Formats: sequence, structure tokens, C-alpha cells
Amino acid sequence: MAKTVVQEFTKGLWAEIPPFRLVLGLCPTLAVTKGVENGIGMGIATTFVLVCSNILISMLRNIIPKRVRIACYIVVIATFVTVVELVMQAFAYPLFLKLGIFIPLIVVNCIVLGRAEAFAAKNGVLASFADGLGIGVGFTLSLTALSIVREVLGNGTFYDIPVFGPSFEPFSFMIQAPGAFVCLGLMLCVMNMLGKK
Amino acid sequence: MREMIKLFLVIVVFSALSGGVLAAIQNATQERIEYQQLKFVKGPAINKILAGATNNPITDRFKVTDSGEEITVFVGMFDNEPNVVAFESFGKGFGGDIGAIVAVDLNTDEIVGVGVTTHSETPGVGSRAKTDPSFAQQFEGIPIQEPVKVTTEGGQIDAVSGATITSKGVCGAVVQAGDRYARIKNDIMDKLKGFKK
Repeated sequence: MAKTVVQEFTKGLWAEIPPFRLVLGLCPTLAVTKGVENGIGMGIATTFVLVCSNILISMLRNIIPKRVRIACYIVVIATFVTVVELVMQAFAYPLFLKLGIFIPLIVVNCIVLGRAEAFAAKNGVLASFADGLGIGVGFTLSLTALSIVREVLGNGTFYDIPVFGPSFEPFSFMIQAPGAFVCLGLMLCVMNMLGKK
Repeated sequence: MREMIKLFLVIVVFSALSGGVLAAIQNATQERIEYQQLKFVKGPAINKILAGATNNPITDRFKVTDSGEEITVFVGMFDNEPNVVAFESFGKGFGGDIGAIVAVDLNTDEIVGVGVTTHSETPGVGSRAKTDPSFAQQFEGIPIQEPVKVTTEGGQIDAVSGATITSKGVCGAVVQAGDRYARIKNDIMDKLKGFKK
């Protein structure tokens, strides 16, 4: 293996950072980034699923027959997502109420299945762990960045703490769905400009 | 043929393992999840009406059955005696069922407080039945068996302005709570015998 474990991790933070570079997983990106708390929560939940499913699929990659691999991956991913759902209900119920349906929907997040199919099925356990962690942390950073912009502009708060004082009129367009598209588009644009150099 | 059996077996084993793991986690977290749901969905209403209780009403709860339905009863300790119980009942509102926690004094059979938990009423109009304390206060001290009604129907409760149907729904929930209380009071008293500390 040419790449080192460190490289597998760091590529997720810039070169392949989701959702900006691999334009995948846009549904939760657009839907949950209304607030910083939601963005970070969603990012951590997805990272957990990514890391665990990458490790397990990599360990089982020689046992799983090629023809039923997708079904097996989905079983593994769905199991970890349900674990996240139960644990979040037990220990962070208010966050669970805010994220709602988007927690079970991690099962169909293309990033998770994409990493399983494209990476974990072909690489060793350690490399798959690093890959999952890198992509997960990258996803968390992207969601956090997006939700900071949206919450600060759209609600005048950061992590539910007001930042501008009472005279600020929130730019509430940013907190609604169209604001999510505009914001994501502009950030993609900036990322592409930076990447072109 | 052998290939097919192998594929079949792999999927069966995967699903069985996944089911087993999830069942174990579900078991381990079930109690905590139930507590969290009570705390964040019904908790605010319960704590408001049972303010001043010396115990935690959400922990001190038990179940009784009323016509085949399980009802969770919350106990409030006042003056070192468990003399207030609270439970949820439902009435028909404008946008669907309205859930309300009704707290009853066991010695006088009078309403201690009413708090709306779940509803799908118009935000800013019907929802004031939940947020406006002066509406809920009108129920305090009324004997639980008395059929409460809004003033337009010759009753004693001033409806929230612009939300007569919602107000009627809350009255309906209180009346249902009265009927239920009459049926389950003996069971409650039995359960409370083991409760006095």
C-alpha cells in the first residue's frame, strides 16, 4: 500500500472533503445545518457510523460474497445507525428531537455506502479506520462551517447564544431551505476557486 | 446451487447477528429512553403544575390499567405525603388531539393544575392554551368530577381568545381525566400504600 495511514486520514480533511469535494450526502447537509448544534451532532453521528461500518466491512471483506455485498453493507450500516439512534435518545434526547428523521436516514447517506464500497471493501482494517475517521471529521467540519454561516446570519446566534445584540434583524432567509442551497453553492464556489491554484 | 445456499447463509447470519446486537442495546437503553421522553415531552408540564413537590415526580411514577389501556401516573409529594397524582389525557382540538397533564389532589379531589403537553393547534392562536399561564390557572381548585366547559357553553372557563375549539379540547381532556380518575382512584390508592416513606 503506497499511501500511509496518516494520508488516508488527512485526505478526508481537504482533498476529498465531503460534501464539497465528493458532492455526496447533500440531503442531511442541506436539511440539518440550521444551527451549529445540529450540524455538529449530525457530523458526529455520521462519523461514528462511518468509522464503525468501515472497520467491520474491512474485517469481513473476504467473507462477504461479491454478489450480495451491497445487502450486507446495508445491514452493517443500518445496525450502527440504529445504535446511534438508541444511544442518542438515551443520552441526548433534545438533539434527537431536533435531528428527528435525519438520524435514521444516515443509512441511505451516500457517503457511508460510498466509503464502504470504494474503500473498505478493498483495504485493510487500519487504513479503513483512518479513511472513515478522516471523511467523518471532514463531513463534521463542513456541516459546522455551513451551519455557522447559516445560524449567525439567519438567526443572529451562535450555538443559541446571541452574537449581534438585540438591534440585529436576522436574515431569516438563510435559515430556510433556499438559504441552504445558496449558502452551499457559494461555499462550493469558494472551495473550487481555492482548489484551482 | 451451493453458491446460492452460501449467499443465503451469509445474509441470514448477518441479519441474525445484527438483530441480536440491536436487541441487547435496545434492552440496555429502554429504561433511560423512556425517562428521557417523559422528561422532555411531558416533563416541563409536570414540573410546572407540581412545582414545590419535594420529590421528582418523573422518577416516582407507576402504571395502572384503565379499560385495557396503560396509564402512567406521576406522584407529587407535598408535606411528606404522596397526596397529588398527575396523568395525561386527551381532548379533541382544532388540529388534532390535545394532550394535557391533569394533576389531582387525592384528599380533596380537586384539580391542582393542568398543563398542555402535545398539540397541533395553530401557532400563536391555539398554541396559547399551552403557553398562556392565565388560561391553565382557571382550572385550579375545580373539583375533578365537575364537567368543565367554556363560558360560551355555560361553563366556568374563559376560552383563549380566537381559540374556542382549542379551549374546548382542553376542557374535554380535563373531563376525560375526571372520568378516568373515578375509575382508577382505588388502584392509585393501592399502589401508593407501598409508597409512603
